[in-house]
Amino acid sequence: MLCQECRKRPATVHVTKITDDQRTEMNLCEICARELGEVELLTEPKFSLQSLLAGLLAHEASRAERRPVAEDRCSNCGLTYQQFTKAGRLGCSQCYAAFETRLEPLLRRIHGATAHTGKVPAQGARPRSRRDELAMLRHELEMCVRREEFERAAELRDRIRELEQRSGES
Amino acid sequence: MAGSANRLSKWMEGTGPFSDIVISCRVRLARNVQGLPFPHLMQDSQAEDLLQRLRQALANQGARSADHRMTLYRLRDLAVLDRHVLVEKHLISPQHARNVAHGAVILRGDEAVSVLVNEEDHLRIQCLFPALQLEQAWQLASNVDDLLERKLEYAFSPDRGYLTACPTNVGTGLRASVMLHLPALVMSNQAGRLHSSIVKLGFMVRGIYGEGTEALGNIFQFSNQITLGRSEVDIIENLRSVTAQIIEQERSARELLRKEMRHQLEDRVWRAYGILTHARVLSSAEAVQLLSDVRLGKDLGILTGLTSAGLTELLVMTRPGYLQKLADRQLSAAERDVQRARLIREKLRAAAAGATSSG
Ligand SMILES: [Zn+2]
Ligand SMILES: [Zn+2]
Repeated sequence: MLCQECRKRPATVHVTKITDDQRTEMNLCEICARELGEVELLTEPKFSLQSLLAGLLAHEASRAERRPVAEDRCSNCGLTYQQFTKAGRLGCSQCYAAFETRLEPLLRRIHGATAHTGKVPAQGARPRSRRDELAMLRHELEMCVRREEFERAAELRDRIRELEQRSGES
Repeated sequence: MAGSANRLSKWMEGTGPFSDIVISCRVRLARNVQGLPFPHLMQDSQAEDLLQRLRQALANQGARSADHRMTLYRLRDLAVLDRHVLVEKHLISPQHARNVAHGAVILRGDEAVSVLVNEEDHLRIQCLFPALQLEQAWQLASNVDDLLERKLEYAFSPDRGYLTACPTNVGTGLRASVMLHLPALVMSNQAGRLHSSIVKLGFMVRGIYGEGTEALGNIFQFSNQITLGRSEVDIIENLRSVTAQIIEQERSARELLRKEMRHQLEDRVWRAYGILTHARVLSSAEAVQLLSDVRLGKDLGILTGLTSAGLTELLVMTRPGYLQKLADRQLSAAERDVQRARLIREKLRAAAAGATSSG
């Protein structure tokens, strides 16, 4: 099928629009679709991140199909782990606890880490204790020295000193 | 009015550090509210409840100038073209433009802040600045975050950080990005090599215009991939230092071009300028490419009288939605190509006239 706009290139984008109960179908090539602004609203550019996650999840899903296990389900929102592997989105914040053991290796593969460091809400959840943070920073410092990332190591060292001083004061 | 065609967004101002290469930078924070399911599972009443709480949070902004005042708009209250313009100004995502059921956007008057409400996460706080000002963008995003948090309790776990619908955003919820114009690296066939080395360092690359690996107009977006296990300051500092290296490479590639291929380079720039100031029909792909050549010409001092802001403005104004918004009606593709050519002609000639009269 040829693109209905330029009648030169093959139509690879098929758009169905419903406006005022009128159904219009358009068959366009990518160039004309982009020109018409249809593609911009229909597709998001592919991030390597999305494909990375999709790849990881597809791998898990195929394993799960071969060896079915008791279905994991979040008791708060009702989402199953199976549904998560298909859509790539969790259902609610409690899903993180519900699927903890299965998410942990996934997080490690995406981020190379499983523990948060950084901003903490002013209210709500309590920040991690200073002792935990110090232990984590010291561990990170050790890793940096091993990887010979000295600039980052120096930053961590300063941060550790700062925390040690503050806990000395309080 | 949201997405007004008359107003430029903050990021389009074109001034700031390294503005010859860095068009803009962005910091985005993903946040969710405790006790509500993520947006794709939300009921109408829950979405309404969240919007109500956000209105309350915004009621406590204190005295602010019009430029700094934040306003919430429901997407369903905005015309299709207005939503399209918001996408073209990078203030909302393409998916969010279609999210009329529950979607909303909070915009600050100067459009330096846009908060996407009920997109993939309950809140996506975005701050966009011109040039390389990632620290400023982060500070502002964090301030908006603090303001909204006064009326909302965030879904947060001490171990995993800010909890997000997709595990690729969990932790800081922070995605920092820079939009770079890299014509010399592309001309000297170094963009591919750069791309793969940047990806190995844990960053993502995409073209702003065009699809897949193609980057029309030589404009690329670089952003961090990792959000968990690194602090916001680290993430931003890493991106800033990678950006500094890319700037360095682009500058030496430009220097080399100027030395080794001066005539070809000048010819390319002047041809682009000639077409843009005379053409009667321009597709958006052609316009984006030629504007890149003209921008390079301006940065290298070949063309005078043009500004980064003016050229960035043209990039946005010649997108399909924006052209139709300016014309205040639907335009066919052929009509848009004519309007686009006219707009570019007028703007470039006005700039040239301004340069002659002032110089
Ligand atoms: Zn076509
Ligand atoms: Zn859940």
